[in-house]
Amino acid sequence: MVTVRIIPCLDVKDGKVVKGVHFENLKIAGDPVENASFYSKEGADEIVFLDISATIEGRKTMVDVVKKVAEVVFIPLTVGGGINSIEDIEKLLSNGADKISINTSAVKNPKIIEEGAKKFGSQCIVIAIDAKKIKEGKWEVYIESGKKPTGIDVIEWAKKVEDLGAGEILLTSIDKDGTQDGYDIELTKSVSENVNIPVIASGGAGKLQHLYDAIVYGKASAILIASLLHFRILTISQIKSYLKEKGIEVRL
Amino acid sequence: MIGIIKYGIGNVFSVMACIKRIGKDCFFIEKEKDIEKAKYIVLPGVGNFREGIEFLNRNSFTEKIKEKIKNGVPFLGICLGLQLLFEYSEEGNKKGMNILNGKVLRFKNINFKIPHMGWNKLKFFKNSPLLNGISENSYFYFAHSYYVLPEENEIIYGRTEYGINFPSLIIKENIVGVQFHPEKSGENGLKFIKNFLEKKWLQ
Repeated sequence: MVTVRIIPCLDVKDGKVVKGVHFENLKIAGDPVENASFYSKEGADEIVFLDISATIEGRKTMVDVVKKVAEVVFIPLTVGGGINSIEDIEKLLSNGADKISINTSAVKNPKIIEEGAKKFGSQCIVIAIDAKKIKEGKWEVYIESGKKPTGIDVIEWAKKVEDLGAGEILLTSIDKDGTQDGYDIELTKSVSENVNIPVIASGGAGKLQHLYDAIVYGKASAILIASLLHFRILTISQIKSYLKEKGIEVRL
Repeated sequence: MIGIIKYGIGNVFSVMACIKRIGKDCFFIEKEKDIEKAKYIVLPGVGNFREGIEFLNRNSFTEKIKEKIKNGVPFLGICLGLQLLFEYSEEGNKKGMNILNGKVLRFKNINFKIPHMGWNKLKFFKNSPLLNGISENSYFYFAHSYYVLPEENEIIYGRTEYGINFPSLIIKENIVGVQFHPEKSGENGLKFIKNFLEKKWLQ
């Protein structure tokens, strides 16, 4: 059977890795190539790079970052952040990215999902959804780094992106992100049960039990982790040994 | 020289990076005539069957690939590159290169998420020097919604379990096809590519 994937997420700004709490308060945390090699050796199943550069110049450096990383790291690489067109996707894919994660521009122009999936295959189109709880069992899609509400229901949007050809959903709980008090299990479960594509849970990991809960109760196919790993609170091998002990199949 | 067929689609960069890492020279095949100098042909693939076959046919790659395979040039098809070798695919309802008999089907009636995305085990069915240094049930990276169903059972060397036990490693004479991505499968993937280039599996 396919294993549950543990995916470190590296936020990149102007070519450097940084880490945001609640999408703000950035701290410099290192070089992308070194970070990626480190995590690959430690047993990461994939790596996600999220470009949070604010300027066009900053964004241009992402292609170089991916290229340099893909030369030395032989596990799947996903790139997200500021991707607006089929040309942007093509440029990143042809420079070493395996998957592209789209958030804001998919909401503004859902056609990009359909065109991207048709041209490059569903498996490389990841739709990132930033979700904020509005009431019990209901979440709203936010765009522009979690700052702008859209009025769109998360479950409806998830179903729609699947229909349009997305291969995977990267689901972040805005409420839980940076809190370290656990993933939004209800959110993860609701989305996962309403689509037939893999869901990556993100936002809120603070301890090992949280990861187990997201997989078993949230039905996530993969787990995205940032600060827990970046600040060495947990290591990937620790996480995998723990999950294996609990009977979850992982790649060791 | 190892020629990597460059589609307008998919990630060919990683295949090149992987071969370079092993210390071998390679180049991109971008035009039909480039195929001539290739001592090995690699057909990577992440993408859509329809786009893929239309690209190969439009650029006269299909006939050229067939000719080279007939002449004994070692060929490696990865993911879509494996699927394109067959007669027909349900993806886009299109005919393939028709080099191997059989068809490409979509995962159906399985209780799992599609695409099959992530690391899964390669179970050996037959031994081959292609698998030297790789242990049975090693993990490789997969990302696909379709799988191949060859007519000839004897060309299936490895299978992977995902609701069904689908063929994930095919070897026929000088043709190798893999449903997983060796270029994205860490150390095991590098070993696999190295074994392919060492050609011991051909003897």
